[in-house]
Amino acid sequence: MDLNTLWFILISVLFIGFFFLEGFDYGVGILLPFIARNDRDRRIVINTIGTFWDGNEVWLLTAGGAMFAAFPHWYATMFSGFYLALVLMLLALIVRGVAFEFRSKDKDPRWRALWDWMLFTGSLIPAILWGVAMANLIRGVPIDADKHYVGSFLDLLNPYALVGGLTALSLFVLHGAVYLNLKTTESLREKSRRIALKIWPATTILVIVFVIFGYFATDIFSRLGVNPGISPIIAGIALLLTGWLLRIDRGGWAFTMTGLTIAFATITIFTGLYPRLMVSSLSEAWSLTIYNASSTDYTLGVMSIIALIFVPVVVIYQGWTYWVFKKRVSGSSELEY
Amino acid sequence: MDVLMLSRLQFAVTTVYHFFFVPLTLGLSIMVAIMETMYVRTGDERYKRMTKFWGKLFLINFAMGVVTGIVQEFQFGMNWSEYARFVGDVFGAPLAIEALLAFFLESTFLGIWIFGWKRLSKKMHAASMWLVAIGSNLSALWILIANSFMQQPVGYVLNNGRAEMADFLALLTNGHVWVQFPHVFFSGICTAAFFIIGISVWHIVRKGKDLDIFRLSFRYGVVYGLIGTVMVILVGHNQAQYMFRIQPMKMAAAEALWETEDPAAMSLFTIGDEKNREDIFAIRVPALLSILAYNSPAGEVRGINDLQRDYEQRFGAGDYVPPVAISYWTFRIMIGAGFVMLILLIYAFYRILKNRLDFHPGPAFFMIWGILLPYLANSTGWIFTEVARQPWIVFGLFKTADAVSPTVTSGEVAFSLIAFTLLYGALMVADIYLLRKYAMAGSAGPDQEAH
Repeated sequence: MDLNTLWFILISVLFIGFFFLEGFDYGVGILLPFIARNDRDRRIVINTIGTFWDGNEVWLLTAGGAMFAAFPHWYATMFSGFYLALVLMLLALIVRGVAFEFRSKDKDPRWRALWDWMLFTGSLIPAILWGVAMANLIRGVPIDADKHYVGSFLDLLNPYALVGGLTALSLFVLHGAVYLNLKTTESLREKSRRIALKIWPATTILVIVFVIFGYFATDIFSRLGVNPGISPIIAGIALLLTGWLLRIDRGGWAFTMTGLTIAFATITIFTGLYPRLMVSSLSEAWSLTIYNASSTDYTLGVMSIIALIFVPVVVIYQGWTYWVFKKRVSGSSELEY
Repeated sequence: MDVLMLSRLQFAVTTVYHFFFVPLTLGLSIMVAIMETMYVRTGDERYKRMTKFWGKLFLINFAMGVVTGIVQEFQFGMNWSEYARFVGDVFGAPLAIEALLAFFLESTFLGIWIFGWKRLSKKMHAASMWLVAIGSNLSALWILIANSFMQQPVGYVLNNGRAEMADFLALLTNGHVWVQFPHVFFSGICTAAFFIIGISVWHIVRKGKDLDIFRLSFRYGVVYGLIGTVMVILVGHNQAQYMFRIQPMKMAAAEALWETEDPAAMSLFTIGDEKNREDIFAIRVPALLSILAYNSPAGEVRGINDLQRDYEQRFGAGDYVPPVAISYWTFRIMIGAGFVMLILLIYAFYRILKNRLDFHPGPAFFMIWGILLPYLANSTGWIFTEVARQPWIVFGLFKTADAVSPTVTSGEVAFSLIAFTLLYGALMVADIYLLRKYAMAGSAGPDQEAH
């Protein structure tokens, strides 16, 4: 395996971590207005992710930094090409992050309602946009011979990408509902399970539509061949099991399954991309690949050493925080946010 | 306005705004960690109340630094895609390492710190804040390693039409890093110190509750601030001398020195004509600039006109003179603010030695509003550093005009510039509202229910 492939895998891992962790964060933020009817419940819901959301978001920042370092052309083309989409996402992430910290720092119900609304919108927009972005990466966008994106913002909002956006949204909301089921008690726990059960069929249908649509909109099927490999199958089975596990009230296992669905769906997309990073819809030769978009072997080598040491360290101490705060959050917990 | 100007304006707005919150995070994280360590070691409840009080203000400020930092990391690709392509092989690495080594550390352990008062041992809890402080300052170090490459590119070769990394260690041992990082580090300490001093004095003159912890905080703040300010002045002086060697044009602009002089006089006050490159009115001290630059009354300091001719020969035709008025005034405001800070601290230290911690309205006024001085110095310092490097984005290697994203339209940048500016403005109002409320409320908090 060459260093370019190693970095493709490392960045995939960062995105898997990001979608898995921020996936339930977004889901919880989106569910906030629907699941919690009074301020105490809203605080419980927010505090289930209070300890973790910031650390989870760093997975995205690290993925962005890693794209810049390992594949500068990917970073340059995608970030300038998806300009308005990223502006929207940044605005959303800004208000969302501030909302956590500001929300409970004033008693005025209007103040709290304002930040709750920010938390909802700030979670909703990125959840959709990440689906749109991933769908566009595999579907292909107009990239010219100079690696420049020559389309417009509206080109990104094609039907396939929009289905991708809705699919990501529903997966994250389901993941978030299952997470809440795992982290809350009493009525919130029961309510989040009911919501998860309600969303589950819609999510499954969306995923199926997205996959079928993908057959026509992308070359991922012809590339992966008749035998698509194990990852889409695991993702599909895990999603189907989620519904069953929710029905028999096995929250922990259900959460494992939504996590596996998100992780293996991401793996499927990245496998379908490989060795490309962004598909050009104008000419296959103009696609960005792990070779024509990459840094030098020297840089990749230096970064590999650092990443192979510190990614496991990060996983260990972040895992430790989840262990320390493994208890369910209830009205008797200390609600910091 | 064209895309280039709009993109530069957006970078300026978002960066200055981001750096409004960062220095307080850098300095206050250490201070809160020290306070909590004192609590763990002495068991004195005053330190615990101090930790909680300053910790709360730290958190309100921290959130703003985090969310505006995401924009920083993304906009190199969004607005400066050709820059990202040209330097990505070198510049991307420190940014990625920053996220991996520093961001994860500070954000994960801050979560633990906020929620862990009851679940962790006292020692572990204090250690979490130390890890936040280390993470924050480590993050500054890696960002400045990246920025130093823009000021003094090292460890690269030009290949395939871009800068490629040839020596990773050269990036870390870049002389510029080690004059710039201490400057930023101690600026953070100054910012936190004046924040603590100002709020403490506000409480001391009102003689309200918590007088014990605010008197104690004041003492800590003054000592902390004295260390920070003296070090900033020493390190800053050292950095200026360094810059005379590596970016003489930046320093010539900082001094509005049009012609080469030996010995060079220093301008105390100049109103200049930037177009014709001449003074309209100037008060200048003979030989002082040579002394500051070389520690010697003799020594040639090259002027703007000379350097322009020199650069034309080296880099081809073009305008290599940065905006002189902005450079000159931001440099002076930064240094001026630093010396006013030093005077205030000496006065405050004198009061501590005399054990007279009551303040008349006049001195109290200056102590409280002194909170703003480090902010003024931080902002003007960065504006100076980046503006006076123009027209280069990487000094001597790549020009800002060549760096801008070619596929992003001026309409798109105008939209994002307005959106960021309005949102940032609104958040600033909310942030100051909360900081003010919690700062005035004292250690018990403004209301029992929230928190």
